[in-house]
Amino acid sequence: MTATVRIPAPLRSFTGGADELSVEGRTIGEVLEHLTNSCDGLGERVLDGKGRLRHFVNVYLGSHDIRTLQGLETPVEDGAVVSIVPAVAGGRGRSLSR
Amino acid sequence: MLRLPPKPLFDVQVAVLAGYPREVCGVLVGSILNGVNAVQRIVQARNLNVERARDRYELDPEDYLRADQAARADGLEVVGIWHSHPDHAAAPSETDREAAWENWSYLIAQVSRKGVTDLRSWRLEGDRFVEEDLER
Repeated sequence: MTATVRIPAPLRSFTGGADELSVEGRTIGEVLEHLTNSCDGLGERVLDGKGRLRHFVNVYLGSHDIRTLQGLETPVEDGAVVSIVPAVAGGRGRSLSR
Repeated sequence: MLRLPPKPLFDVQVAVLAGYPREVCGVLVGSILNGVNAVQRIVQARNLNVERARDRYELDPEDYLRADQAARADGLEVVGIWHSHPDHAAAPSETDREAAWENWSYLIAQVSRKGVTDLRSWRLEGDRFVEEDLER
């Protein structure tokens, strides 16, 4: 199976500037494994030391958060669109002293 | 540098004032060229942190995804994030830094009941935020 993986701007320095890549894999986990194996430095931004999704990273299959599906075991069909979505949070609490 | 033309600038000002005293947030859509993040439009997103909306935001990732899909369809991309600091300086907090990403612009609007009192843009460099030029 070949999926199209959409890369957000903050991670494109690890993909040679590509905003999407075609990646083989039968599951989301395999797609991410193949993706991170071919892009130095990307793996540690997306996955933790145990191969799980990092806290501040979301992965969507089409319009569905894979955490609501079968996580990294979610099957991928040919032509699927997988989006890496950076989690975005913050707020005025706890200001940094500059 | 962040380039913010009059229309998206106006739209940010309207959105943060309408949301006051809650923190509101969204994405900056445009293009990236030679290190300049040039905004063409802004998209407001839901703040999922309803309980602490006065001093926290958590941008709905599904709103992000929709904005990203629409941007790509128009040949554009998400170039940054905007959010408000009600009655607080337009400078990033430790909370902002913990979930920040490099290469994006982080536009922060200080807003009071009377309107936007300061507007600044920041980028993450290493583990710290650095203010960038904001061209209006």
